[in-house]
Amino acid sequence: MRFALRRLAFFALTLWAALTLNFLLPRLMPGNPAVAMIAKFKGGVSPQALKALEIQFGVETHKSLVSQYGSYIVNMATGRFGTSLSQYPASVGHIVLNAIPWTLGLVGITTILAFILGTSIGILSAWRRGGALDSIMPPTFVITSVIPYFWLGLVLILVFGVQLKWLPYFFSYDYTLTPSFSAAFIGNVLQHAILPAATLLITTIGTWILTMRNTMITTLAEDYVRMARAKGLPNRRIMLDYAARNAILPNLTGFAMSLGFVLGGAILIEYVFNYQGVGYWLLAAVNNEDFPLMQALFLLITLAVLVAILISDIATAILDPRTRDAG
Amino acid sequence: MAMIRPLSTAATPGEAGTGLGAPESRLPAHSRYVAVRALQRMVTAIRSNRKATWGFGLLVFFCLVSAFPGLIARDEPNAMAYPTALGPSAHHLLGTTGLGQDMFAQVIWGARPVLLIAFGAGIAATGIAVLIGVGAAYLGGFWDGGLNLLTDVLLVIPLFPLLIIIAGYLHSAGTLVMIFVITVTGWSYTARQLRAQALSLRNRDFLEAARVRGERRLYIVVVEIIPTMTSLIVASFLTNALYAVLFSTSLQFIGLGDPTIVSWGTMLRSAENNEAFQTGQALWIIAPGLCIVALGAAFALLNYAFDEIGNPALRPLRRKRVKQSG
Repeated sequence: MRFALRRLAFFALTLWAALTLNFLLPRLMPGNPAVAMIAKFKGGVSPQALKALEIQFGVETHKSLVSQYGSYIVNMATGRFGTSLSQYPASVGHIVLNAIPWTLGLVGITTILAFILGTSIGILSAWRRGGALDSIMPPTFVITSVIPYFWLGLVLILVFGVQLKWLPYFFSYDYTLTPSFSAAFIGNVLQHAILPAATLLITTIGTWILTMRNTMITTLAEDYVRMARAKGLPNRRIMLDYAARNAILPNLTGFAMSLGFVLGGAILIEYVFNYQGVGYWLLAAVNNEDFPLMQALFLLITLAVLVAILISDIATAILDPRTRDAG
Repeated sequence: MAMIRPLSTAATPGEAGTGLGAPESRLPAHSRYVAVRALQRMVTAIRSNRKATWGFGLLVFFCLVSAFPGLIARDEPNAMAYPTALGPSAHHLLGTTGLGQDMFAQVIWGARPVLLIAFGAGIAATGIAVLIGVGAAYLGGFWDGGLNLLTDVLLVIPLFPLLIIIAGYLHSAGTLVMIFVITVTGWSYTARQLRAQALSLRNRDFLEAARVRGERRLYIVVVEIIPTMTSLIVASFLTNALYAVLFSTSLQFIGLGDPTIVSWGTMLRSAENNEAFQTGQALWIIAPGLCIVALGAAFALLNYAFDEIGNPALRPLRRKRVKQSG
């Protein structure tokens, strides 16, 4: 119980830190970027929206920093993120809510796939130590894990999109179709997801393989595994029920955390493929100096990570009692 | 380039040695000995471990290229002096860009800012990590609590989105600004590893001996603890440098870097802006990207090889060769 409370306190503290960063960053930057933004959008948005912006970013108000901070916190807590400037008059909340499902679908499913595939390959590679698979894999995946997402995306577009013309690489479905739950539309969405998902899978799977392989190797050297071999248990059982079962524990924590990073984890892939998820909108907001949208998306991405960490901490504490005192 | 940092170098507390045979002078012979040993082991690794040899070779290659780009490429990288979109030829080894620049010159000159950022941010972030990680572990109590909390908070705030919004407020970040931003946001992961190892050292005999001798705290930290952690500090540098390469080129690609600097990231940016695909200029995208991957691989291979040294279980198995005859 004390453990859970401590983790909750940490959660609250980090959330507060992220909120405060969001508040302070535009005010600390040289040349006050908010002034430039407001000047840029003057005339394009209604006077009330402009006034709200000035208050939000502390431009031309006589309020003290402390009272600005107070009203900022209240606004964030009640979900009043303001109006988007680049997509005026759409509200920030509206854009964010439309973006979330696309990212969750694309990045979420790919992350789960990468974990399952990578962990299985890691188990096999550690089990067949010194085999062909095991000797080529570590160097290969050390290299795939340093490929920048965006560059691999560009190369896949070049090969499969432009040269071979096999797969679409722009947006998440054909502009000509209207979204519906028909087979044709869903098929089209899946087709558009293949290249971005492959990019993400190739660049992330190496980490799962290598960490699983390395913990599995350490576990295989344990006495209880030797005991199982001495008892003459079938190999499959030793591999899966004895070694992998324990070796996977630290990886599960990593997996829970990576689910939290889903929302902000594929920003560049969404950018390269013009896939209209959270990351795409974050970059669009940055490039258009749409600070209200940018702040809301950053908070959302951070919040997702914090919730995932909280859940994974508590789950680990339940699964593995030894960790309860450590945190 | 996962958001969660992979290839973690686990703290290897075995490094401290036993302290046996340390001469009983006031000189910190033990720590110096351990530090020299750690460096010697790395040199041996570079010679004998194939991954380390490759990583080191690549790194030296890129360092030389970025030190003397003028000797390798005669053309001005930014001069739009040629016909656009030429194919590779003897005059233009990689052809020209869609803007009429010599692509080979751009790739060669583009190495320098990337390496500057890698080494600058790598060294600075590792310095902060040592300061905060070791400081927290050694001071303990209130300081440890505070510094550790700061590390943990920064560790869970998503790094790349944070970098994007900072760079977004700044408009076109040059090399120095890039180093600064990546350093300030990126030190926490390695600080945590360094703290863990420093904690495991805290009750070692050789530190106890230094305390009994009446050494000052600063002396103990700088002369006794830090040399003992040499191999983890090197690993931290490699991790931080790798992330600096990936993050800075990504920021340049999305247009948050200084567009006037010739760098691999800005090359990719202008390739995408000038529709290099549609006009069939695949090299414009492939060449700078392969350079990023090669430089990143250099840091990652070295790190992985040093990891294998710290944890012998991970080393590749060698089949015992049976000699056929005499």
